[in-house]
Amino acid sequence: MLKGRFQEARWEEPILMEQGSRGERGILMPAPEPEVVQVAGTVHDLIPAGLRRRQAPKLPEISQMQLARHYLRLSQETIGADLNIDIGLGTCTMKYNPKVHETLVRMEEMQELHPYQDEDTVQGILQVLYETQEYLKAISGMDAFNLLAGGGTQAIYSNVQVMRAYHRANGQGEQRDEVITTILSHPGNPGAAATAGYKVITLFPDENGYPDLEALRKAVSPRTAGLMITNPEDTGLYNRRIREYVDLVHSVGGLCIYDQANQNGLFGIARAREAGFDMCHYNLHKSFASPHGSQGPGCGAQGVVKKLEPFLPGPKLAFDGERYFWTDPGPQSVGKIHKFYGVPQVALRAYAYIRSLGAKGLRQVADLAILNNNYLLEKMTKIRGISLPLAPGVRRLEQARLSWEDLTRETGVTSDDIDRRIVDYGFQSYFSSHHPQIIPEPFTPEAVETYSKADIDDYVQAMEAISREAYENPDLVKGAPYHGALASQIDTRYLTDPKLLITTWRAYQKRKAQEE
Amino acid sequence: MPQQIWTHPYMPNSAPENLKEMLDTLGIARMEELYENLIPEELRFHGELDLPQPLESEWELKEHVGGLLKKNIPCSRYTSFLGAGCYRHYVPALCDEIANRAEFLTAYCGDTYSDHGKMQAIFEYTSMMGELLDADVVSYPCYDGAQAVCSALRMALRLGQQEERDQLLVPDTMNPEIYSQLKEYTYGIAQLVRIPHDGTGGMDLQALEGALSPRTAAVFLENPSYLGGLQVNAAQIGRMAHGAGALFVVMPEVSSLGILEAPSAYGADITCGEIQPLGVHMQYGGGCAGFLAVAQEERLFQQIPTYLYGLCPTQNPGQFGWGRALNERCSHGSREKANEYFGTESGLWAIVAGVYLASLGPQGMRELGEHILQKTHYAIKVLSQVEGLQVNPFGGTPYQEFVVCFGPGGKTVAQVNRALLDYGIFGGKDLSKDFPELGQSALYCFSEITPASEIRRLAGALQEILGGGSHA
Repeated sequence: MLKGRFQEARWEEPILMEQGSRGERGILMPAPEPEVVQVAGTVHDLIPAGLRRRQAPKLPEISQMQLARHYLRLSQETIGADLNIDIGLGTCTMKYNPKVHETLVRMEEMQELHPYQDEDTVQGILQVLYETQEYLKAISGMDAFNLLAGGGTQAIYSNVQVMRAYHRANGQGEQRDEVITTILSHPGNPGAAATAGYKVITLFPDENGYPDLEALRKAVSPRTAGLMITNPEDTGLYNRRIREYVDLVHSVGGLCIYDQANQNGLFGIARAREAGFDMCHYNLHKSFASPHGSQGPGCGAQGVVKKLEPFLPGPKLAFDGERYFWTDPGPQSVGKIHKFYGVPQVALRAYAYIRSLGAKGLRQVADLAILNNNYLLEKMTKIRGISLPLAPGVRRLEQARLSWEDLTRETGVTSDDIDRRIVDYGFQSYFSSHHPQIIPEPFTPEAVETYSKADIDDYVQAMEAISREAYENPDLVKGAPYHGALASQIDTRYLTDPKLLITTWRAYQKRKAQEE
Repeated sequence: MPQQIWTHPYMPNSAPENLKEMLDTLGIARMEELYENLIPEELRFHGELDLPQPLESEWELKEHVGGLLKKNIPCSRYTSFLGAGCYRHYVPALCDEIANRAEFLTAYCGDTYSDHGKMQAIFEYTSMMGELLDADVVSYPCYDGAQAVCSALRMALRLGQQEERDQLLVPDTMNPEIYSQLKEYTYGIAQLVRIPHDGTGGMDLQALEGALSPRTAAVFLENPSYLGGLQVNAAQIGRMAHGAGALFVVMPEVSSLGILEAPSAYGADITCGEIQPLGVHMQYGGGCAGFLAVAQEERLFQQIPTYLYGLCPTQNPGQFGWGRALNERCSHGSREKANEYFGTESGLWAIVAGVYLASLGPQGMRELGEHILQKTHYAIKVLSQVEGLQVNPFGGTPYQEFVVCFGPGGKTVAQVNRALLDYGIFGGKDLSKDFPELGQSALYCFSEITPASEIRRLAGALQEILGGGSHA
């Protein structure tokens, strides 16, 4: 049933820097005890003269109630996954984040742990981390896992560093200077490869929508360090010949890295191991139900086969049958990838998630994610102006890249226009595509298993309504949004012209003063 | 129904009626039909994943996981003197309230139009950091302080590329974990040169002079150093770096900036660091998030590898909106042509750090810095009275942390820390492995929530442990 007349909260909150007034306090800090002041001496004497701050930072001076109100209003102007049917953010796996996980994460026995505490005093969290690694080994078929990276792309980068160290150890570090990836793999793959100094070769889809195998044949050589690939790609198309790609790269001595940021459609159905991969990674803030937190913190779990284990970052988490402890990862390790041990509270949620579902539950997650997506596509592709390019007639797994190309041609309304309009219906902005957009006017939904049939029907109905609007009154869609917290369009020159960049209020004020 | 379906609260379509309707719509009898022809048999996983049986009820799950966590001893129960890159401060209740708001917690990459409030909150964070750091351009938070240092120095390398500057001069007292990460992050493109410290723990200026060359891309300084000492020669080091045509990159301790100059005031071209101390719980190290800040100079800000949230005018005069600016810099915008890789980093902690900075304001930040400084120096005096300890061997002005050497007492840090556990105390970070030249030394940390009475109790405990005396 289509909800009518949605209106997001619109508080028109002034910038915090302009609120409050001189002398107001948001919180009182504990004062040093009298004996401390007496023994330590005055602050003035303690601070080396050259380092003493001459001008206090111009932070807001605002009382607590007013500050709480400001932030609560801003929160109301944010459509988190908890508040909407977040089917539009494909590739992001916006599933339900169980509330019981938050209860656990907020325990003092998690929040108030210091990373250098004696291991005997953190056996609980160490067990959680260790067991999670073991579970991920089972889920992927890889031989070793760590949870050290602070996000998916950092895990991708960590895989690249391990690959580089492996070739280096074999005396082929200089020779193997090329990485092959696909245009429909996440841009973090080429980004990470280039950060590690690799030249990147990019494969495009063939006429069937799969990465071009012939192009791969031409690309592989003794210079190949490895292949970085996703399967299914953002198109949701499962590449059935993936083993051939992997074997081809192995045949020239390269390694194969599987980007499994989104694992949601594969639990218990297919693993990295059977496809022959050497490494993979999971985003624990996606398929493993940790909240996305306004873009992090996340956790990137990194898995590798036996021969690559010595190169993994450290420290390594070990278990002697009685006690869990951190150990040196050994002389071939690439060292640290993130401070301390990554983001343990995200791993804790993944642990709870795996324990709550077990093998049968996770398999059902994948089944239902695929069912939901195919049900969504069945309905969505009937909407006027939308199409499912690449591989006609082939089913998708857990997500799909659709195109509004026909609608744009017929009405002038673009995917970006629809993306703004959808906010007026009470849904979060959707994900069009990573850049470059090789599918015109893209839109990538992902109806994960936590959405009901009714949710999907609601979403489809909103899209139908917008399509109808586009054909009947295109200016209405082009002028959107009208019911969001922000109901007017931004001047995007300020995002593309470096001369107009403003990232702080002080920079804005300086700009304004110059203009006056 | 051929498949055994488990009706689960996180899966609404596992309810039989929903499932049947959906299967009927697709004209199939079983869910497997959707993919059994898509994935070749040899790539299929057969059987059941080797995982423990599910804890089906929420109660069982909570009992089990909560039970595991209760094996941990949090720093709220024991008294902790641990720091070394992760700090326990008082977290205002409002920080928790906002961190736990479902709107922020479960938002992701929704942007200008759906997440206006989130965009404003991030911009307010960068604005407040801009004041604290005296910098006009501040980035969206990166993974952590270590990544911030790595990226700041890669920025310097890119800026020095034309002049073939490929050396980074770093203090030999540098945070060893960050050094480890930096080494691999600059592998093949830079030479790291460790500049020795002088007797006060500061960067040795003569050694620095000798190391600076036309190949120097940047001089990196932690202020205070990893070992706690404020770098009184920071401005001089900055001038020396600039004199050699190199950039000056500084990592300050954010909690100190209510009383100490921002690095840009003493010449830093790039300021980088960690925001965990600003209202984020330690979470076994998981509360970290990094920042990068530079002046409003295009050559500098174009090198930042992560998001910049840019303020934009809208069609409505006086109303602002925000979006991600200059995306070509980032791998999301230009793949391998980007400055560096990046991804989902630490957005939530930026919002929380904003709440913290606004809660404290200039006065609170000043009081915080003063308190920590005084507590640190109080601790030096109290611990100095313990026999068999060498306290703060570098002298100078430590902020928040200082070295305690157990050499004279004849015990190892490991032994002392084990013994302190019996007193309900987490002793300082053991430095003996990373800094063998310091012998059996530990890094002790103090904050505004380390009571003076606990410092005296620590002194008493150490006296007993080192004196060989027993305790109840």
